[in-house]
Amino acid sequence: MKMGAPLAAAVFAILLWQGVVLFTALPRFILPGPIVVAETWWANRAVIAENTLITALEVLIGLIVGSALGAATAIQLASSRAVRVLVQPMLVFTQALPVFALAPILTLWFGYGLGSKVAMAVLIIYFPVTSSFFDGLMRTPEGYLDLARTMQASRRAILWQIRVPAALPSLASGLRLAAVYAPIGAVIGEWVGSSRGLGYLMLLANGRAKTDLMFAAMLTLGVLSVLLHLVVRKLTARMAGEAR
Amino acid sequence: MTAAPDITVEGGASIDGVPLFAPLSLVLKAGEWTCLLGGSGVGKSTVLRLIAGLQTGATFDGTIRASDGQPVMPRVAYMAQDDLLMPWADVARNVTMGARLRGEKPDADRLARLLGRVGLTEHAHKKPSEMSGGQRQRAALARTLMEDKQIILLDEPFSALDARTRADMQELAVELLQGRTVLLVTHDPGEAARLGQTIAVMSHRSLDHCAVPASPAPRLVDDIEMLETQGALLRLLRERAA
Repeated sequence: MKMGAPLAAAVFAILLWQGVVLFTALPRFILPGPIVVAETWWANRAVIAENTLITALEVLIGLIVGSALGAATAIQLASSRAVRVLVQPMLVFTQALPVFALAPILTLWFGYGLGSKVAMAVLIIYFPVTSSFFDGLMRTPEGYLDLARTMQASRRAILWQIRVPAALPSLASGLRLAAVYAPIGAVIGEWVGSSRGLGYLMLLANGRAKTDLMFAAMLTLGVLSVLLHLVVRKLTARMAGEAR
Repeated sequence: MTAAPDITVEGGASIDGVPLFAPLSLVLKAGEWTCLLGGSGVGKSTVLRLIAGLQTGATFDGTIRASDGQPVMPRVAYMAQDDLLMPWADVARNVTMGARLRGEKPDADRLARLLGRVGLTEHAHKKPSEMSGGQRQRAALARTLMEDKQIILLDEPFSALDARTRADMQELAVELLQGRTVLLVTHDPGEAARLGQTIAVMSHRSLDHCAVPASPAPRLVDDIEMLETQGALLRLLRERAA
């Protein structure tokens, strides 16, 4: 992947940011400049690193569990019409509910620690993974299915040897979406109730008018999300049929 | 392989009560090539799909039977215009797809022999995306042969190929499918004239059996009688469409 363009964009954004700070001359608790934020980040690197690790762990577990559940659901939906009729409306309905509103109850159910954040991440990525993989499973090229039927293949063999591999590119796009959503889920969980993690650190810094620390934590989260996205992109390249 | 049977199709088909083709009677002679020629939408692929036991969207009122009284469907192998090679599997895995799907162990000797006969030994571990259209269609032919079925249903398998590759494939297919009962559905009069031992021209209203050149198939591409037949078939196609 070429890094030139994203780097140039980052430099441009930082210059613009610095320009706005110089031009408006706002106090640093309203809008700290990039240099101040960088200094704060360096001074607080141990705290930030510790909390980043926590959030990263929540996101990673959430991503793995959510993807596995989503993929399993998609396969169940694709293999049985009865399951489709029963479960699909339910799935759509759950998407109409604001997941944010569930965060306090998740804290109540899964505790103040890791569990509720993982649950939040799982909830937020479950639907995109399920829905994109399911779409792929239902869109197997008809010709493949015809061929398999003339070969006397069982429904089970058709599912596992044709429909699933043919749908892997769709699963890959679901997983890539999930990599972007999962950190948001974890941070929402941290906001509602926690004593650790980048979301907690942002809330804490904000409460004490340490806007520079809030920015430092937020940018760290951004970098974490981008890195995760790149890793997942790389891991799913074969699946998506790109790295041939 | 035991001797291939005759296949007889008798009946008509309709879609939502609108006739697709009038009642017809088509016999695929045992061990021979029957070419079913017709324009787009006359239902020739439907006839093939009915024999294969595939969904057609049409209602068929009639019978399909084999001369030996055994069921037809489990004895067919199918090859379409699209090579239908799975992009995630290499050539060897694609050719042995049938055995895999049935949970059987693929016959490695037979695989090697067939890849040799279609000239793909060197390409066994290539993905379909790494091969030319002609190579892909040869892999599809090997997969069809791997099934070792008595009845071969070909739905315009050569029509997407360039002229030279198409002529090569036609000859290879005749050579390799010897002794099997073959139905070739095509819209190309030249292909029917080259390959058919029986040639039937299909339209919505009728099925006409046509005279076939005396020389054995595959006929030379410049065989005069073959070219005359091609002309006659095209004329009939246009008359029937009018």
